[in-house]
Amino acid sequence: MPDVQVRKRVVTVEEIFHEGGPVAARPLRRAAALVVIHNPFSGKYAAEIAGFMEDLKPLGLEMAKSLLAALGGDPKIVEGYGKGAIVGQAGELEHGALWHVPGGYAMREILGGAKAIVASTKKVGGPGTRLDVPITHINASYVRSHFDSMEVGIADAPRADEILLALVMTTGPRIHARVGGLTASEIKGEDGLR
Amino acid sequence: MKSKIRKIVTFVEETLTEMGQAVNPPTRRAAAAAVIENPFAGKYVEDLTELMEIGEELGALLTERAVAALGISGPSAESYGKAAAVGENGELEHAAALLHPKLGTPVRKILGKGAALIPSSKKRGGPGVPLDIPLGHKDAAFVRSHFDGMEIRVNDAPRANEILVAIAVTDSGRPLARVGGLTKSQIKGEDGLR
Repeated sequence: MPDVQVRKRVVTVEEIFHEGGPVAARPLRRAAALVVIHNPFSGKYAAEIAGFMEDLKPLGLEMAKSLLAALGGDPKIVEGYGKGAIVGQAGELEHGALWHVPGGYAMREILGGAKAIVASTKKVGGPGTRLDVPITHINASYVRSHFDSMEVGIADAPRADEILLALVMTTGPRIHARVGGLTASEIKGEDGLR
Repeated sequence: MKSKIRKIVTFVEETLTEMGQAVNPPTRRAAAAAVIENPFAGKYVEDLTELMEIGEELGALLTERAVAALGISGPSAESYGKAAAVGENGELEHAAALLHPKLGTPVRKILGKGAALIPSSKKRGGPGVPLDIPLGHKDAAFVRSHFDGMEIRVNDAPRANEILVAIAVTDSGRPLARVGGLTKSQIKGEDGLR
């Protein structure tokens, strides 16, 4: 499979103190690592693309590490995660699906045994397209306080023959979470769901 | 602190290739943005001193964040810029009060020297409005390789009674700059222009 060619990397960190309610003792932080790569399959239909997932694994790990570094380096503070991809207009949605395995693998590797599926989304779009990356708890998908999302995007990406890859991590629940449901303290941690 | 901050967001962008040409070393820009309450939202107030003082606080805070995000010392920064977006219940003059009278002094203190004007832009807008922060060399405004801009946005800000304030700092000029003009090696650094 072709080499992974990186044009640009972006790291964004949001630190949220309140949203009209009481100021949190510990602000919520959301971080996103975005990388713009050349889409080796753009402009033509290729039947065999799956091998590229293996090629993306080192990049995924690098992104997960930079994300953790942006949050201070301690994997224990990460409570939520998500991933996504925006495929430039000369590519197809299926190219975005190549990110599922390497993106998820990378964050689990870095966080040491996170159990829940990594929530994800993808789309085809032009430069400046925004993506709302879904976020769920790393060990139990049903933890209601941690259902969240982070909007990401880059003004000049993806170009037609590029893919924008995204990983997101958060350090806690929504800043004023109060709609009940399963809480983080009730996680059984057996199936990645509850 | 005088500022009532809801949220702080940092962005780091790194460009590694452009049109297939390697950018070596990669160009890097960072921006730090704060979402603050607009103390004058919804009414006409003649004396804008409070916002000027908030500008002074944010000048220090956001410059420190941007420099830390780049992982460089203040004096190694090469270019800078500032911008603000006022929510719909405020006036453009509120952005001016934040940006122009007092914000620059702490920026220059952290970055060392900073003889050049800090390029700026301002607007009124709703949540998610993009801010194009103009960039120029911090010691000589005419350095052509460093005329640039950085787009940032925060999807949930500014709300009607808020202001989004941002400072951008780089350790480099444009990727593959090649349109001539004054270069950074030719800076005299006497008047902030050349």
